[in-house]
Amino acid sequence: MLIYESSQPGRRAKSQAPANTETPASIPASLLRKQKALLPETGEMQVVRHYTNLSRRNFSIDTHFYPLGSCTMKYNPRGAHRAALLPGFAGRHPLAPEVHSQGFLSCMYELQEILKDVTGMKGVSLTPMAGAQGEFAGVAMIRAYHEARNDHERTEILIPNAAHGTNPATAVMCGYKVREVPVLDNGDVDVAALKELAGPQTAGLMMTNPSTCGVFERSIKEIAEIVHEAGGLLYYDGANLNAILGKVRPGDMGFDVMHMNLHKTFATPHGGGGPGAGPIGVGERLLPYMPTPIVGKEDKDGEETYRWLTDQDIPDTIGKLSAYMGNAGVLLRAYYYARVLGREGMHRVGEFSTLNANYMMKKCEEAGFQLAYPGRRATHEFIITLSDQAKNLGVTAMDFAKRLLDYGYHAPTTYFPLLVPECWLIEPTETEAPDALDGFIEAMKSIQKEAEENAEMVKGAPYTQPVRRLDDVKAARELDLVWKPAASEE
Amino acid sequence: MSNLPSELRYLSSHEWLRVEDDGTAVVGITDHAQDAMGDLVFVETPEVGSSVSATEEAGVVESVKAASDIYAPVSGEIVAINEALEDAPETVNQDPYGDGWMFRIKMSDPSEVEQTLSADDYKALIEEEA
Repeated sequence: MLIYESSQPGRRAKSQAPANTETPASIPASLLRKQKALLPETGEMQVVRHYTNLSRRNFSIDTHFYPLGSCTMKYNPRGAHRAALLPGFAGRHPLAPEVHSQGFLSCMYELQEILKDVTGMKGVSLTPMAGAQGEFAGVAMIRAYHEARNDHERTEILIPNAAHGTNPATAVMCGYKVREVPVLDNGDVDVAALKELAGPQTAGLMMTNPSTCGVFERSIKEIAEIVHEAGGLLYYDGANLNAILGKVRPGDMGFDVMHMNLHKTFATPHGGGGPGAGPIGVGERLLPYMPTPIVGKEDKDGEETYRWLTDQDIPDTIGKLSAYMGNAGVLLRAYYYARVLGREGMHRVGEFSTLNANYMMKKCEEAGFQLAYPGRRATHEFIITLSDQAKNLGVTAMDFAKRLLDYGYHAPTTYFPLLVPECWLIEPTETEAPDALDGFIEAMKSIQKEAEENAEMVKGAPYTQPVRRLDDVKAARELDLVWKPAASEE
Repeated sequence: MSNLPSELRYLSSHEWLRVEDDGTAVVGITDHAQDAMGDLVFVETPEVGSSVSATEEAGVVESVKAASDIYAPVSGEIVAINEALEDAPETVNQDPYGDGWMFRIKMSDPSEVEQTLSADDYKALIEEEA
């Protein structure tokens, strides 16, 4: 149901309408629209009911346990929203003079410092508006670095084949050719194969650690040495930073550049596709290329003042990635979260997210589910494979996932990473209490029993949700995203 | 067990090729590959007139589960593509060795065909992977 479908000509929300509806004379006639915009005409109450009903159909972190692997669906503390909505922040114009934005700028400066400290990087820029844009900025800086050294022969980026799809997409977007590095059966990168692949054509290597297999990459020091010796740089995809937050730093592992997904690790909301925040951190060598603006601190006559650093200050910058400086409200929420945790709490994020994952992994194993990497300790997430169930019972990972919704749990990530057949990637996060984890395991045991006794029932799930099973193949083949009023279809 | 015509040649990355009498090679993905991918929703073929190199990416297939590169089994020039797949990617699922073909290469080095796998070799490979 779309809001347009409840539209009736002439309906209005008078008390919400602007008092002044005259067109300002300063807008040239050529820029004014000739036809009325196609907007829904609804009363205030219809709008409230529409969105309230939609939100009640939502499966969200505010209503359900949401162990969606690789997405870090942790609780978004309400205090962060309150802080970001303080009038001094919410009402601040992005073009306000620096002298009127000292409070906001000081928060951003401190956030840069906290992120530097927790990642072991030498510089941080907050401007990228999402993880993917952070990746783009990171690889663009790698490119700028090689070009500044007149090292034009480096045309390849190495990427382990367990990587997130965004990594090869980023490398190609930045003009590089992707070389896949195989991953061994135990989840580690095949170091011998990496040695063969690295060379004078290598611009860099992109990887997550812990990897997408839910295990810590044990050969990271050797990998860093091989890539550095070949003259390449190491890119850290911060997707899995939650597992090591406060415990191990990418900078110390040898990474030269990274992005952080604040909407994962720093608890800002995963809005429906945005707004996000994907700050980047860099080591010494990439400092001159960071995207602008960055917040700098100066000591003026004994008083600390903050100002934007622009291409005047960083002449070799790769440039701007957003109109101002990223999504300010999201960055403020992350700043609040980091300050509330403090150094102490930051450690506990890594500890409890891995503790919760290992607890669940053990319970899954005890319940008879097949682990993808038995014998390895889980990081903040782990993988099970339901290929036995698919083979013997005809009930697939997708069927199990759909049935889980009926038990009141959001499904884990299914069919990713691609290396493991019929897999689930399960990430509980540190914000869940043991009873939620136990409840999830009980639901899985129960579904297993159902699958053995009545496979057809499980294959038809879900039964209790606002919609039954959707035809995702039809949705992908016949994209239909634009609403048209019924009359115009004639 | 999936269908593996013995007259075709195969790649470990799950493409098949059929060498025609006119010296061109027709390429598609195997029955095993389409089964593992599930319902395809998008097929990207190379452009006619472009050149491809053996074992390098020449296209992409996407299902609701995954996206995967298609590799060229041999080097040469693309002389034809299966345009029907743009509107009907499901043809690959229905008939991977027939109407689901993807592109045709005019080979620059026919000896490269010897580097590809026979049906028996490919069968052994997918059995090992299973």
